[in-house]
Amino acid sequence: MTVILKAKDIIARLSEKFPGCLAEAGTDSVLVEAAAIPAVVQYLREGEGLEFDYLNFITAVDYYQYFEVVYHLTSLKHNHAIFLKTRCYDRENPSVPSVVGIFQGADFQEREIYDLFGIKFEGHPDLRRIFLWEGFPGHPLRKDFNQ
Amino acid sequence: MTTREITLKTEPFVLNVGPLHPSTHGVYRMRTTLDGEVVLDIEPVFGYLHRGIEKLMEERTFTGIIPLTDRLDYISPMSNNLAYCLAVEKLCGIKVPERAEYLRVIMAELQRLANHCIAVGSFLNDAGAYFTPFMYTFREREKIVDLFEMVSGQRMTYNYMRIGGVSQDIPEEFLPALAKLLDQLERFVDEYDFLLKENEILIARAKGVGILPKEVAINCGISGPVARASGIRRDLRRDDPYSIYDRFEFDIPVGENGDSYDRYRVRVAEMRQSLRIIRQAMKDIPAGPVKAEVPQVVRPPAGEVYAHIEAPKGELGFYIVSDGSIAPYRCHVRPTSLINLTALRQMVRGWKVADLIVIFGSIDITMGEVDR
Amino acid sequence: MPDISPLLTGHLPAATAAYWPGGYWGHWAFYTTALITFALLMVMGAIYIERRLLGRMQSRLGPNRTGPFGLLQPVADALKVLIKEDIIPQPADRLVHWLAPVVAFVPVVMIFAVVPFQKGALLADLNIGILYVVAVSSLTTVGIFMAGWGSSNKYSLLGAMRNVAAVVSYEIPLVLSILGVVLIAGSLSLNEIVLAQDIPFIFLQPMGFLLFFMAACAEINRSPFDLMEADSEIVAGFHTEYSGMKFAMFYLVEYAEAIAMSAIISVLFLGGWRGPLLPPWLWFVIKVFAVFGFMVWTRATFPRVRIDQLMAFAWKFLLPLSLINLFVTAIQVLTIPDAPWLVFIINTAVMILLVIIWSGLFKVGWGRVEV
Repeated sequence: MTVILKAKDIIARLSEKFPGCLAEAGTDSVLVEAAAIPAVVQYLREGEGLEFDYLNFITAVDYYQYFEVVYHLTSLKHNHAIFLKTRCYDRENPSVPSVVGIFQGADFQEREIYDLFGIKFEGHPDLRRIFLWEGFPGHPLRKDFNQ
Repeated sequence: MTTREITLKTEPFVLNVGPLHPSTHGVYRMRTTLDGEVVLDIEPVFGYLHRGIEKLMEERTFTGIIPLTDRLDYISPMSNNLAYCLAVEKLCGIKVPERAEYLRVIMAELQRLANHCIAVGSFLNDAGAYFTPFMYTFREREKIVDLFEMVSGQRMTYNYMRIGGVSQDIPEEFLPALAKLLDQLERFVDEYDFLLKENEILIARAKGVGILPKEVAINCGISGPVARASGIRRDLRRDDPYSIYDRFEFDIPVGENGDSYDRYRVRVAEMRQSLRIIRQAMKDIPAGPVKAEVPQVVRPPAGEVYAHIEAPKGELGFYIVSDGSIAPYRCHVRPTSLINLTALRQMVRGWKVADLIVIFGSIDITMGEVDR
Repeated sequence: MPDISPLLTGHLPAATAAYWPGGYWGHWAFYTTALITFALLMVMGAIYIERRLLGRMQSRLGPNRTGPFGLLQPVADALKVLIKEDIIPQPADRLVHWLAPVVAFVPVVMIFAVVPFQKGALLADLNIGILYVVAVSSLTTVGIFMAGWGSSNKYSLLGAMRNVAAVVSYEIPLVLSILGVVLIAGSLSLNEIVLAQDIPFIFLQPMGFLLFFMAACAEINRSPFDLMEADSEIVAGFHTEYSGMKFAMFYLVEYAEAIAMSAIISVLFLGGWRGPLLPPWLWFVIKVFAVFGFMVWTRATFPRVRIDQLMAFAWKFLLPLSLINLFVTAIQVLTIPDAPWLVFIINTAVMILLVIIWSGLFKVGWGRVEV
């Protein structure tokens, strides 16, 4: 059974390693400052006893006030998983650092989020729209999208 | 100085493979840069089948979403139904009746058989076997689809599972028909094996072609038979058992080299394991209701949930955010096919055009799931 | 009007034009008309047989609705394709695009000129018949390359390039495997070769037959060497951009080539029109369709090889084996010309031995290029 790590199991290690980066921890997810995402993901991937080497998915949710980007990481070795979240409050020009350098599997998914939410992933090598054509007005999965 | 440098200086050219191409399994397009026959680079282009299903899901009730999930991976709708229903049940804390659990397992495994029939058939078709294996595997799939028709009335988008169970109980003649089908399938899986396992041309075309190293597969988030062919022993049915999979005995076939041939072999081996699971499930299927007491309009508590299953193509997951209303606030599908395509570029570089098709065919994707 | 009664009774006079009513031109006119009709009828038969056989092999029915047993399906297909719109792509080279089907079709019909349907019944009893066949049959490539180039489509060009590469490579084992037959028969004329076959040459030249069959499959692009129109890879290869009548011509070329090669195989190795009881022309047709049926069988069974494997197969497998076969046959012709059963045993043994050795020595496959 894949154990979803509770935030409290892991928060101590993370806050020690990245002081000030953890905005808040929910019960089953860790909320991280957007800027720290690549470093945190890198650490989660390589840290002793963590070894989250498998990125299940990335997605985003539009909460009007902010966008929440969700990362789901799994460790094939220890068979545990974690939800990592980050928020960006800028609606006009939201941006989050990309994790493509760490997880290649993020490539298409980050492009998808960019396409459908308009969140820019800084450092993504090829950030273009993936499903919709260039010049499509707006980003459809935003809650305020109006056809 | 290598051979390539001293030969005639030629220009690479761009070939559009797809979106309308016999072997792109739908409307997938690869902008392929070729040097003669050699693939230098590919650039996948998606979106020809983008229907905005994730947006549509936000406009439907929780029950009304089930038909939409049918249309994701339209080769294996039962698995999509199952993954979605599991997610909602997890969110609401609904307990599914025993009989329904068994039925779900039977359907999901039959679906895996049907999907692998198509995957193996079209892979061999891509390798150039003129429709014969395709026809053979489709013949078997037809029989499975007949069973699905028996339980759901549909042959393509079954819409069979419901939140809290399945839509209706199986008819009386289902289990005998299933038992008969299993006996036949056993023989036919052997037949497919016998037909092409040691075919010299197939081995030449698929063995060692399009190797996906284990590390790359993990890094790219590859799942399902493709990952297992690369030697990753991960199967959510065992590693994160959902439904009642922890009650069944089955093996997880794993490949060694991670080449196209291994992916084909792993699929055939998985078909045998599915048959095993169905036999076990058939043996101890209990009587009883097939659907829990769930209101017509489900109103899950606010919160978020992620449930994933081992779909035929890999890990299929639904990430649902609910705000307590009758429709999900956000519903994200973990697109197995899309993520499995990530490594395609690395796998095909340096191979010939013909190999591009074989490697692509061995990944087994459905555009409905890639584009959503 | 030439007298056609001999055709029906199965005893055609010799090809010598002097015996014919109307002399040279009468003979020429009759045979030309008869040949083209024969070729077209055989093609229709071939299409029907291929579709029905493939249907049976693929556990489906095949066309069975048009006419009795679906026999009229080729006619219906032909009619359909004739009334379809002829589309020429905008950037295509119109002249080349238009000429290509003709250039591809004519040589195929020309092959039939030297094929003996029964004793002496052939348009031209050339004393270099088989050389003529080899020369003419590869001319089709020009038409196919014209189609690939003129279509201004990259798939077409890829298909055409593959075809040129394949034909150039397979011409050599093709000719070398014929030479064994020529050595035994002592003549290049197809008529003479048939007359020399008291025992069909497939027994005296088993390896020659095998090599010729494979090389012929590659030459006419039948499966598993059908790379030039590999539908799962390059859509339809050289005829991607063709429709209507011109497409029909290519379709015709494909099957006429297959029939021509089957005819050559039955002439060279299966004793041509010779056989007991049945009239000779019927024997010939039966043999042609038997060989063609074998081709259909391979098509229904095998996956396709890759272009580099195709080349490797020609140069590393077919070429050495055909050279060895030629050498062995030459020695046999010199030392034991009157002991066919000894030749049969020796050649069969040599074939089995060589095939086993070569399949152990040499594997196709791999072939990734660093980019």
